Amino acid sequence: MRRIRFILEKEFRQILRNKLMLPILFIMPVVQLFLLSYAANFEVKNLKVHVVDYDVSSLSKKLLNKLHGSDYFILSSRSHDTEKAYFNLDQNIADIGLIIPNNFSENLYSGETVEVQLLINAINGTKAALANNYMQNIVSDFGKEFHSDNITVQPTKQFKGLKISHRHWFNKYEDYKIFMVPGILVLLVTMIAMFLSSINIVREKEIGTAEQLNVTTIRKPEFIIGKLLPFWILALLELSIGLLLGWLIFDVPIRGSIGLVYLFAMLYIITVLGLGMFVSTITDRQQQAMFISWFLLVIFILMSGLFTPIESMPEWARVITKFNPIAYFVQFMRMVMLKGSSSEHVTHLFISIGIYALLTNSLAILNYRKTTK
Amino acid sequence: MYNLKTFFNIVKKEMQHILRDHRTLFILLGMPIVLVILFGFAITNEIKDAEIGFLDKSNDVFSLQLREKINASNYFNINTVLQNERNIEEGFKRGEIKMVVVVPNNFGKQLQRNEDVSIQLIADASDPNSANTVIGYMSAILREFHMKNIIERMQMPAISTQVRMLYNPHLDSTFYFVPGVITIILMLVSAMMTSITIAREKEFGNMEILLVSPLKPSIIIFGKTIPYIMLSLLNAVTILLIGYFVFQMPLSSKMWLLILEVILFIITSLSLGILISTVANNQQTALMISLMALLLPTILLSGFIFPIESMPKLLQWVSHIIPAKWFIIIIKDIMLKEAGVAIVWEETLVLIGITIFFLILSIKKFSIRLS
Repeated sequence: MRRIRFILEKEFRQILRNKLMLPILFIMPVVQLFLLSYAANFEVKNLKVHVVDYDVSSLSKKLLNKLHGSDYFILSSRSHDTEKAYFNLDQNIADIGLIIPNNFSENLYSGETVEVQLLINAINGTKAALANNYMQNIVSDFGKEFHSDNITVQPTKQFKGLKISHRHWFNKYEDYKIFMVPGILVLLVTMIAMFLSSINIVREKEIGTAEQLNVTTIRKPEFIIGKLLPFWILALLELSIGLLLGWLIFDVPIRGSIGLVYLFAMLYIITVLGLGMFVSTITDRQQQAMFISWFLLVIFILMSGLFTPIESMPEWARVITKFNPIAYFVQFMRMVMLKGSSSEHVTHLFISIGIYALLTNSLAILNYRKTTK
Repeated sequence: MYNLKTFFNIVKKEMQHILRDHRTLFILLGMPIVLVILFGFAITNEIKDAEIGFLDKSNDVFSLQLREKINASNYFNINTVLQNERNIEEGFKRGEIKMVVVVPNNFGKQLQRNEDVSIQLIADASDPNSANTVIGYMSAILREFHMKNIIERMQMPAISTQVRMLYNPHLDSTFYFVPGVITIILMLVSAMMTSITIAREKEFGNMEILLVSPLKPSIIIFGKTIPYIMLSLLNAVTILLIGYFVFQMPLSSKMWLLILEVILFIITSLSLGILISTVANNQQTALMISLMALLLPTILLSGFIFPIESMPKLLQWVSHIIPAKWFIIIIKDIMLKEAGVAIVWEETLVLIGITIFFLILSIKKFSIRLS
C-alpha cells in the first residue's frame, strides 16, 4: 500500500507542476461544453431564399408572408429573373430559389393546378431534404387555407379534417442543448482519461525513467493502480464540473439517480483508462501513442450515437457499435439523466461496461512488462 | 550549395523518422480511408426503420390498415403494440421505442362517417431533432392515409411543387462530407504532426543543437515540414480517389486550382502548427493545444458537420476566423459546382490573408528562440 502512495504522490506532483497543462485540464471542459452545446446542432433554420415572383399578386404575397413568418426561411433577395436565382445559388448568396409562375393566382381562382418551382442547393443532402420538407408543408398549408377561405366557390367540396396532435416527452421545449450536454460530458471524460493514460507510461519509456521505475520493488498491479488512480480521480472531477455547469447554465435535469450516474462513470473511466494503458504498452513514443488514441477515439466518437443516431446506421455499423464503450455511456447518460430510467432499465449496460472494463485492464496488465527487451 | 545539401539532409532525416515509425504511418495513411468510409456509409441523420409503438384503442379494419401502411414504409417499424397508456413511459425509459402512435376509439367509424379524426403522436423528445423528424414523417404518412380514404373522392385542385436539387441530385451525403474530411486530415497531418514533432525536439533538447548549427532556424523548420507537406498531399489525393471510385463523386475539371488551394491550406495549417510549437515545450502540451485550439474548432465551427447558419450569432462571428471554414467553401465550390477563380477568389483572398497573418506571427515568435 505504501508503495502505491509514493507513486500517487509522484504522479500528482507531475500533473500539478506543469503550468500549461493545468489550465488546459480545467478550462477545457468549460470551453468544450459551451462550444459543443451551442454549435453541435443539426437543426436547419435561417435558410436564405431568393424569390422570383412573376405573379406579383396579393396571393403570391400571402404565400411569401407565410414563408417569412417561419423560422426556417429568410427571404434574403428577390428578382424577376430565374437566371438570377441560379446565379445566387452558385455564389452561395442563397440556399433556395423559389419561383412563382405568372399564372399563379389566376389558376388558383379558376381551380386549376399550379406549379411552383423550387431550386435547392443540395450539397448538404440532409439539409436539402429538410428544407424541401418544410417548404412543401408551408405550400400545402397555404393551399388548404386558400381552399377553406374560398369555400363558397366550391360548396360541395367541404370535408372534415384529420387532426394530428403531438406531444414531446422528456424535453418539452425541444431544447437541443439539453439533449447534447449529457453526451458531451461523456466526450469530455473520455478524452481526458484516454489521452492522459495513453501518453503516461510511454512517456516514462521515452525519457528513460521507466527503467528506473522497473528496478524498484514495486509490483505490476501496484504500479498500474498508482499510475491510473490520479487520472481516475481527475476524470471524475471533470465529470462533476461538467454536471454542475450543465445544471447551472443549461438547466439539464438529472431525473434518474445521481448515484447511478457516478457508479457507471466509475466503471466506464476504468474501461477507458485500461484502453489508454494498453495503447501505452504497445507503443514506444508519445507521438505514436497519441495518434493511436486519436484514431481510436475518432472512430469511437463518430460511431457512438453522440451526433447521429445509431438507428440510422447500416447493419454492419450497428454491430460495430456493440464494441464501443462510448456508445454505452452516451446511451446510459441520456436514459438516466433525461428520462429518469432506473437501475433495472440499464442493467444490460452495466453488464456490458463491466465486461469491457475487465477486458481492457487485463489486456493492459498482461501486456505491460517490467523488463525491457 | 552547402546550405542546399544540409537542407536536404534535414528533409531526409525527418522522412526517415516518419517512415521508421510503422504504426504512426499506418494510421496517417489509414485514417483518411476510414473516415471517408465512415462518413459515407455510417454517419447519417436519416431516419430509417425507427422503432415505434402503436396504441390501438379502436382495433378495427381501418386501424389495421393504418398499421400495415406504417410498417410498409421505410421509415418505421412497429415493434410493440401497446395495450394502454401506462406502458408508453416504460417503453421510452427502456429506450426501445422513439414514438407512439395513439389511434382513438371509433377510428374506423369516424372515418366512414366523414367526421373529424384525431390521432395523437407521442415522441421521446430527449432528442428533439429526431423527434421532430419522426413526427414529420409520420404526419405525412397519416395525411396520405387519410387522403386515400376521404379526400380522394373530392378532387381538389392542388398546388404542386417542382423541386430541383442542384449540385447533388441524389442527396448523397458523401458529397457533403468529403471536402470536410480532406480539411480535417490536412489539419491533422500538417498542423498537429508538425507541432508535436518540433515540440519533441525541444523536449529532448535537440533544438538547441540544431540552432547552433550554421543553418538559419527558418530553414531548419522549413526542412522539417517538407515531408509533412508531401504526406498531406498524398492524403488529399487518396481521399479524392476514394470519393471518385467508391462514391462516384465528380472529379473537378479545375484540378490545378484545387491543388493550388490545397497547397495554400497546407501552408495555413503548417503556420498554425509552428505557432503552437513555439508556445508548447513538450509533446503532451502541444497535443492538448492542437486538440483544443485547432481540431475542435475546425470540426465544430467550420460547417463541416453542423450548419453554421443555425448557430448563435456569436459563434457565427467566431467561425469567420476559422481558416477551415473558408477552405471548405472553396473546395466545395470547385468540386461540386465546377466553380473557377471568378467565384472563389474572395474566399481565397481571405484564406491568404489569414495564412500570412499566422505565418508572420509564428516566424516572429520563433526567432525569439529558446529561453
